Order: sequence, then structure tokens, then C-alpha cells
Amino acid sequence: MADNAERVSKLYKKRSSLGMAWRQLRRNKGAIIGMILLIFIIAGALLAPIVYDYNTDVIGMNVRDRMQWPSAEHICGTDDLGRDIFARIVYGARYSLAVGLVAVLIALVIGTVLGAAAGYIGGAFENVVMRICDIFSSIPSVLMAIAVVSSLGKSTINLMIAVGIASTAPFVRVARAAVLVVKDEEYIEAARAIGQPDWKIVAVHIIPNCLSQIIVQATLRVGSAIISAAQLSFLGLGVPAPAPEWGSMLSAGRLFIRDYSYMTLFPGIAIMITVLSLNLLGDGLRDALDPKLKR
Amino acid sequence: MHRYIIKRLLMLIPVLLGVAFIIFAIMSVAEGDPVYQVAGPDATEEQLEALREEMGLNGSLIERYFRYIGNLLKGDLGVSYVTKLDVMQLYLQRLPNTLRLASIAMLVAVALSVPLGIVAAVNQNSWKDTLAMILALLGLSMPNFWLGLLLMLLFSLKLGWLPSGGAEGFTSVILPAVTVGVGLAALLTRTTRSSMLDVLRQDYLRTARAKGVSERKVVYVHALRNALIPIITIFGVQFSNVLGGSVLAETVFAWPGVGRLVVDAIDQRDIPTVTGALIMTTMLVTIVNLLVDIIYAYVDPRIKAQYTK
Amino acid sequence: MENKGKEEITDREILNIENLRVRFETEDGIVYAVNGVNLKLGYRKTLGLVGETGAGKTTTALAMLRLVPDPPGVVECDRLEIDGQDVRGMSINRLEDVRGKDISMIFQDPMTALNPVLTVGEQIAESIEIHEHLHKDEALKKAGDMLELVGIPRARLGEYPHQFSGGMKQRVVIAIALACNPKLLIADEPTTALDVTIQAQVLELMTELKEKYNTSMIMITHDLGIVAEVCDEVAVMYAGKIVEQGSLEEVFGETLHPYTEGLFNSLPNIKNRTAWLKPIHGLMPDPTDLPPGCAFAPRCNYATEECSASCPALKNMGGTHFVACSAYERDPDFLLERRRKNG
Repeated sequence: MADNAERVSKLYKKRSSLGMAWRQLRRNKGAIIGMILLIFIIAGALLAPIVYDYNTDVIGMNVRDRMQWPSAEHICGTDDLGRDIFARIVYGARYSLAVGLVAVLIALVIGTVLGAAAGYIGGAFENVVMRICDIFSSIPSVLMAIAVVSSLGKSTINLMIAVGIASTAPFVRVARAAVLVVKDEEYIEAARAIGQPDWKIVAVHIIPNCLSQIIVQATLRVGSAIISAAQLSFLGLGVPAPAPEWGSMLSAGRLFIRDYSYMTLFPGIAIMITVLSLNLLGDGLRDALDPKLKR
Repeated sequence: MHRYIIKRLLMLIPVLLGVAFIIFAIMSVAEGDPVYQVAGPDATEEQLEALREEMGLNGSLIERYFRYIGNLLKGDLGVSYVTKLDVMQLYLQRLPNTLRLASIAMLVAVALSVPLGIVAAVNQNSWKDTLAMILALLGLSMPNFWLGLLLMLLFSLKLGWLPSGGAEGFTSVILPAVTVGVGLAALLTRTTRSSMLDVLRQDYLRTARAKGVSERKVVYVHALRNALIPIITIFGVQFSNVLGGSVLAETVFAWPGVGRLVVDAIDQRDIPTVTGALIMTTMLVTIVNLLVDIIYAYVDPRIKAQYTK
Repeated sequence: MENKGKEEITDREILNIENLRVRFETEDGIVYAVNGVNLKLGYRKTLGLVGETGAGKTTTALAMLRLVPDPPGVVECDRLEIDGQDVRGMSINRLEDVRGKDISMIFQDPMTALNPVLTVGEQIAESIEIHEHLHKDEALKKAGDMLELVGIPRARLGEYPHQFSGGMKQRVVIAIALACNPKLLIADEPTTALDVTIQAQVLELMTELKEKYNTSMIMITHDLGIVAEVCDEVAVMYAGKIVEQGSLEEVFGETLHPYTEGLFNSLPNIKNRTAWLKPIHGLMPDPTDLPPGCAFAPRCNYATEECSASCPALKNMGGTHFVACSAYERDPDFLLERRRKNG
């Protein structure tokens, strides 16, 4: 009975605090704009195969139509191989979003587990983890990712791993800090007092309590992961050709920048809008979930 | 204070050893045995073994690591597979260019961001604040190499005001430095604003106003000096990102710095050059961070006192 | 010469405020913090501004220096004069000359009132540099004198606030406030944040310096003991209004307002140690939603229905004694319990 009542009140609390965050978020104009943009981008990425055929429209050459300035037929023009740039950008969203999401997921899982464990266990383990974290953050993340990709070889998966590893350290820090804050709260002591095992305390009580900070961090990181991935592709270390990755499209466009500047313009705008919408949403989430951090 | 600096220097040693190990380990799993690459397809097994010895590739990872560290302490980073030149020399040749680019980029960032952040904070919620925050958000969302391409398109290809590449003369550094500086400026604008907002609420500003200090001095002397403390911290943390950003800017503008060295070396699978340059760059970051921490301690008397006791 | 000046200024006031109103326009509603305050203070006099937390005492004081933060604060008044100068329409430059020189303020919390990154000496000297146009070295020398005056060795001039204890910090704040011999000193609960043992020292120091430099003073406090010790005049504030005002003898000896009586009753009685304290029941009304009539009526033991209908004005009850209570309009012979007992 009492157990049930407790559970109900806990659920209620959870829901109401989530509800409050949602109300906060809805009032934030920037977050709403970001969300709408993001929905459009995701919808475009998902629906791309219905409108365009990958083999003919996206990677197929069409020399007769090459280097066409934007027109009604090709709203972003065509590239040096006669491919429609808009089709490639829409398809490219799949790469960018996938790389960004998977990379952040890798960073999130490794980082949160390590950080939470470091914060909870403490002592020498914490020390070692945090020093490794220091080491990783003093290697410039672009160079780190470059090293990983060049060592593992160029492929989409390796790009995800490289960007993921390079963005792990912040998650370790956030998770550890969050755990340190809740660790000494009384309800944790209560859980310990009734003999709950450590892993259960961490999983049931501690992680949910730092979730909001981790979500905020993740949203903001997807944006920078997308930029990192584009950077690597621009350097020729990312998604291999002929896949329509935004960074490699920019790298190709760069060769023709003097006479065909549209080739450089549109993929960059695509990256910027995607990252902008993620940043808007992330900022909004931060303000809504973490009122302490609010400006 | 000296003890603090010495302590920090000692703490640097394990971090640097760790950095070197991680980079060394990552580069060691690089696919393909470089020996084949150098020796060519027709080499015999004995020739390969001899070459391995010559290139310092024999033995386990740990053995090679300690040999590498031993050489590093003597200032030896090995020899480039491709050019057969001393990696340390290659690095030191490029370093001044990268430092020039990074320091001017940081100056650009501070010059843009600190005034913008102050104006935004002092006029919180006004149109000036909104504009500054939109600019900062755009700066954060823009890939720096794309900004570099746009700047090149406008200022060198269309207007012809600035060179589009190379490191000849002073004007050539402007576009790469702006390219690297804008992202940092965006971040610093946000930090300056929130740090100023924090400080502007403090009681001691009321004390200053109550004794007749002019509003300008309240903001620029009393508030800014306190607000600078978190800004300096960010500055140290971001130095690593500035060096990272300069890799891209160096590629876009053909700037002969360390970034280009690394990217070219990777293209040519020149492992000793990549490893050496990465290790040296990271050491630079770590040392700059230490310097920033020391400056930080001098700016904030509370921290200084903590260590002089 | 000095005597002549003295006579001239006795019929003028160091401070003259009429109908001061301050409100804060926030997202959650408008907070009516000060609602029509009149204050006059003669030279070399000390006024105690008494009331519980949230009565609008500090806001009133900040309004005198035009330091109410705007936004969200909106200040309106019919007259605001310090030493005969109209502060209301003063240019910012002129105002900066007045602040710290003609009027200065000691703030409630010494822990946060000092800038952590400037030395104590710099913070005292700054005021001297501004108002006496001295060179930095001379100003620092004078700052050293001020430090010694408040009982801190001159050698600590170069130290930072975090190196001082709370009581020492408050002495520094006092030294800053008095650095340019202001004509009017506002002390906002200067001892509240301090240990009891330090409180007496700081208070003594302040009265001593005030005597020495002929400063007029407004002492903001909720401690009637302090008022009895240092003040010549008393104004009792409740919900942004003055409800009773008069000389110390008038307000303490012939208390007129039920709220003032409530404040006295909340004090322990030394003569009768077994007596129960009689706290004022209830809470101060929500300043975003003040009642239409007397703001104290909901907590008042003497209140009638009329009290919540109309807002009583401040009326002269003889001498310099004023009260805002409609009980005296209804019954000129009305006496509070306290007066009946004291005879």
C-alpha cells in the first residue's frame, strides 16, 4: 500500500516537473523555431528516397547538366558532375544527422557511465578517470578525430567513432558533477540504508536525476558533432565519395569557388541551419530543464 | 605562489606522458604496416626486418612508447617517412605561423566579443542584447571553414582586398584569423554577457554607485574586473579549439602552419610526422592552460591568497 | 562664522521628501513597495526608520540616492531635496557629485557590499579621489586615516575584503561611507549581519563618528533597542507607508499606532520576565495586492469594519507627533492598551 502510494506520488512529481519544463519550452520562441526547423530537416531526410532516386539523382553523373546556376529546375544548381545540389543536400542530411546522433550517442553512453561511476565510486578510480579526461580535453578535438580516422581508416562508421571519442570528455564531466551533487542527498542515503545495491542506486536514483543536464548537453553536442564531421569530410577524412556529405560537397565546391560560388554556398547553409536549430533547441532545453543555468 | 606553480608543473608530467601515450597508441594501430610502404612490394622478409629496426618499429607497443619518450626528452621526434626530414625541425618551422594565426585569432575574438557581451549585458533584453545574442548564435552554428570560404569569396575573389592564401605580408593573416576567431568570439560573447549579468546584480556595485562612482566606471572597472575571471578560464579551455580551428583555416587559406603539416602528413600516411606534431601541439595546449591558470590566480585575489598561505 | 552658519541651517532641512512612491513592475505583477512617504530631517538629527522586513525601508533609502534599479523600479515623488538641492531633476553628473559627498549609505550586508577584487584601500580612496579631486597617493593616505578612524590598522590598506572578518568589513563599509564627511548618512541595518558582541562596537563607532563630524543620520532598523540608543526621531513604516512619526519621547512614551504597540509587545519585558511575548499575529500583506483600507487592519486588535474600508491619513496629534489610524478620528479619547497600563 505505502509502496504504491509512494510510487504514485513519485510518478506525479516526475510528470509535473516534465510538464513544467515543457510549458517553459513552449514559451521560448527560439526553441520553437529550432524544433520546427529540425522537424523539417528530419522529415526531408526521411522522405528523400521517395522524391529522389539515390543512384540516378544523387550519385549518378549527368554531364550535360553540369555547372548550372540555380534555376527553377535545379533550385540550388548542379555540381561539376551534373548532379542536382538540392537533392544531394537533402540526402546529405541523412549522413549529417546520422553521424551527429550516433557520435553523440557513443560519447553519451561511454561518458555517462564513466562519469557516473567516477562520481559514485570516487577515490583512485575517480582520479584516474578524471585525469584521462583532462588528457583528452587537452588534445584539440579536430586533431583527435583526425588521428582516430587516419588510424582506423576512412569510413562513415569510423567517422562516427572518431567524432564520438573526441566529444566524450564533456559528458564524463557533466555526469560526474551531477552525481556528486545528488550523491549526498538524503533519499540516496535512505536507499542505501534499506540495502539497495550500488548499481541499482545509480541506475534508479542517480542517473534519472542528472538526466536533464545530460539531455541538454547531448542536444548541444549533436550540433558540434555535425560540424566536426563536416570538418573531417572537408579535409577528405570523412564519408567517402561519392556519398553526398555536406562537408565533402563543400570541399568539392571549393575548387570552383571563383566562378561557381553557389556550389560553396548551399551545403554550408544546410550545415548552419541544422546546427542552428539544434543550438536553439538545446538552449531552450537548458533554460527549461535547468533553471539554475538560466542566464 | 611559486609553490603553486611548481606543483602545477609537476602535475603536468603525468598528463603529458598520458597524452603522448594516447596519441602514440592511436597512431600505432593505423592500418597497414608502414614498412611495406617504404620498402616497396619486392622487399624480402630480411630487408623488411632490418627496415623495421631502422625505423624503430620493432618490439611491443610499450617498448616502442618508452623508446619514443626517451627520444622525445632529447628533442627527437624521429624522421618523416616521406621527406626523410627531422620531424622536430619540420614542426618548429611551422609553429611560428600557427602561433601567429592563433594569437591574432584570439585577439580578434576578444576585440569582437568582450564589448559585444558587455553591451548585451548592460542593455539586457533590449534590441542590442537580442542582436548580440543572435550574432553569437550564428557564430556558434557556422562551420568555420565555410565562413573562411565565404570570406575568401567576398574579400579576395570578388573585392580583391585581401590575399586568398599563403603567408606573405601582414594582410594574409587577416582572413584566416577572422575565420578562426569568429567561433571563439561567439562563445566569449555569451560568456561575457552571462558573467557580466551575474556581476551586475552584486551588492558591491551599489556600494560603488552610492559613493558617486560614474556609471561608466562602475561597469568597466568594478564589474568588468570581476566578470573577467570566468572569461579568462574559458579563454584557456578554448585555446585547444583555436588550434583545432586553425587546422581548417590553414587548409582553406593554404597557410603554412602545423595544421597543414598534419593534414598533408595524413594524406601521405607519414605517421612519425602526425604523431610528433599532435604530441607537440597538445603539449602547447597544456602549457598555455597552465599559464592561464596562473594569470587567473593573479586576477582573483581570493585564489592567489589560497596558494600564498 | 561657524555659529552664524549653525543658526541659518536650523530652519532648513538636510532631507525633505514629499509623497515618495516606488513600485516594481515585474513579470508576476506590480509590487507597491513605497506608497506615499513624507520625511523631513533637521541637521545633526538622527531619524530611526523602523519596521519589519519588507516594509519598504531600504527602498525608501535607495530612492533618496536615486539608486532604485530601473527597470523594474519606478520612482515618483513630489519633492526630493537633500541639503536644499533638488535631487529629483538632477543630471547624472551632478547626482554622482552628491552621492558619497552630501549623502552616503552603509549597506546591510558587509559580506557582499565590498568588491572582492579591489583592495580595501582602493575602495575607500576611490570616493576621496572622486569628491576631493586628490591624486591617487594622497587619496590612499587619507584612506589610511579613515581606516584608523574606524579602528583598523593602516597597514591593512592593501588587503582584500576576503581577508577581513564580518565586523571588520562593516568597519570598512563605514569608512567608505564617511570618507568625504557626508552631511547625511543612511545606515541600513548596519549591525544586523554581525555578531551580537560586534554589534555594540559598530554602533558605538557610528554614533561617535556622527557626533565628531556633525552628520545627520537615518538609521534603518527593526531593532527598537538601537532606536532608543541613537535616535532623536522615529518613523514607523508598514507596507510602504509611515504609520507613526514623532520624537523618540513621543513615539516611545506616548505610542499611538497599534502597529508600533505590537512592535513593543514583541520585545521581551525585562521587568516581568515571566510574561509571554505578544507577537503580532499574521503576516504583512502581499505588496502586489494591498488591501484598500488600512494595510494593518487585518492584523490589528482594535480594527473595526471601517478600518478596511478607507485608508487613514497621517494626522498631527500634538507636538511633532503624527499617526495614521482612524481609531482617533472615531474616538478622540481612544487609548492603546499600552498607554492605559503606563497611565
